[in-house]
Amino acid sequence: MSWLAPALQDLLVEALWDTALMVGASAAIAVIIGLPIALLLHATAPGGLAPNAWLNRPLGLVVNATRSTPFIILMVAIVPFTRLVAGTSIGTGAAIVPLALAATAFLARLFENALREVDPGVIEAARAMGATRMQIVAKVLVPEALPGLVAATTVALVSLVGFSAMAGAVGGGGLGDLGIRFGYQRFMPEVMATVVVILIVFVQALQSLGDWLVRRLSHR
Amino acid sequence: MADLLAERVAAPPAPRHMADAMPDSPSPPVTPWAISLDRLTRRFARGNTLALDDVSVSVREGEVFGIVGRSGAGKSTLIRCVNLLERPDAGRVTVLGQDLLALDDAGLRAARRGIGMVFQHFNLHSRRTVAENVAFPLEVAGLPAAERRARVAEILPLVGLEGKRDAYPAQLSGGQKQRVGIARALASRPRILLCDEATSALDPETTREILALIRDLRAKLDLTVLLITHEMAVVKAICDRVAVMEAGRVIEHGPVFSVFTRPEHPTTRSFVAEVIGHGVPASTLARLPAPRPGERRRLAQVVFTGPNSTRAVVSEASRDFGLDINIVSGRVDDIAGEPFGVMALAAYGPDGAIDAAFGWMRDLGLTVTEIAP
Repeated sequence: MSWLAPALQDLLVEALWDTALMVGASAAIAVIIGLPIALLLHATAPGGLAPNAWLNRPLGLVVNATRSTPFIILMVAIVPFTRLVAGTSIGTGAAIVPLALAATAFLARLFENALREVDPGVIEAARAMGATRMQIVAKVLVPEALPGLVAATTVALVSLVGFSAMAGAVGGGGLGDLGIRFGYQRFMPEVMATVVVILIVFVQALQSLGDWLVRRLSHR
Repeated sequence: MADLLAERVAAPPAPRHMADAMPDSPSPPVTPWAISLDRLTRRFARGNTLALDDVSVSVREGEVFGIVGRSGAGKSTLIRCVNLLERPDAGRVTVLGQDLLALDDAGLRAARRGIGMVFQHFNLHSRRTVAENVAFPLEVAGLPAAERRARVAEILPLVGLEGKRDAYPAQLSGGQKQRVGIARALASRPRILLCDEATSALDPETTREILALIRDLRAKLDLTVLLITHEMAVVKAICDRVAVMEAGRVIEHGPVFSVFTRPEHPTTRSFVAEVIGHGVPASTLARLPAPRPGERRRLAQVVFTGPNSTRAVVSEASRDFGLDINIVSGRVDDIAGEPFGVMALAAYGPDGAIDAAFGWMRDLGLTVTEIAP
């Protein structure tokens, strides 16, 4: 990267690290919180394992509301919440809070779709064999949906890379922020180009890893 | 109500459809009922359709009972009531003496472990190997891993899959997948096996193999089998008794042989015709010689059963009644282990002589049905 000054090279490495941290941490949180929400949505849906419209509808509404709020607005709208959780509303750590929230809603929906793809016949067979609802979730639903869950996580990771570019608005740093501040505002096209190329490689690597995992996990 | 009463007298040698003659307090059956579905009603909110309309069916221990019907007849809902995958709105479900509708969740789960079920689309776990699929019901029941392995090793050879234990379902043929389904259904040693269109997704050759396997396992493991199908050939191949369903009701039932040889309801007749043929094709009729002046030509389908099925009925009738008899078509078959012949014949001669000949055949115990010429 000799076309960039050493100081810029350091900034680039730091930005890459910030992006990886924001994407990784928020995705991890989103998987941990999103999966139970998806299971709850799936189970309480009509015809599910424990149909319950009183739980299903409000939960679905919250998920949809979060998903339909543009990320840049969501980020500033929840600043009080971010301050409560992260102790500050500025910086990489603070950016993870809104990223995780947006990703959780996004993933909950994608996970729910993956769960819905599980053959209802297999679930019925488990019921016929005397499985409890918890056994059906743990031994049938999640294992059978696993390739779909991994594919959904890959999609979410790629989307998070895009969202994280907006983290600059709250001082979150990262590659997108670097591209805006140097490439755009300081008229340094070589920085912008480098950032874009790194992001493309980054996303491509995530996608390939996800695809490989899905292939390994599914036996269809 | 008629279904219920008719079912109670279904135990042989009682004839079918004796509802009117039955008193209200039936004597207990000789063999205990393994499954007793009593006056089940199930209405689906969607479309407000009555899937089950006061249906009663009882299955004796050790028999293979078939329920046949077109799609939408309610047979699938009925079989799913046996392990309460579907809950009836009204009625009683008794399996091996246990009133299932009275059980709590844990009790029902325990009861379900005693009822194996095989599905049309196999319903195997795509991410589990054959052995892991077969072990699933044992895992659910909380059996330790060592015992699960032992049971799987014991049951796979029974279904002819000992070499496939580590294969995934996607690597198997339809017939092999259904063998896994059967092994899984029998893993927890149930005494009852439910087959929900178990062969409907298979080709005819594989269907024969799977039916032979079920018949074989029934004898080896003392199973009671309840199966539903839309193919009369399946009933003919494997069932002891059969019930025919239409529009949520049982319209006819009884031992397979008598339903095949003396179907009463038009729907049953059309089901039976699928297996034993539909009389005489028009092209064949057109080629039959016309009657001579002063003579009549009358066509009849003759069903041979019982002791006279091997008697030289045609030549006797021809000689004794002075008729010319042309055999248009004929076949001999075996239903539920009994010989059974069906023949279409054209009789030429005076009306009176033909009447007398057909009457004589009926007296011999043959079923003679005249076909419009």
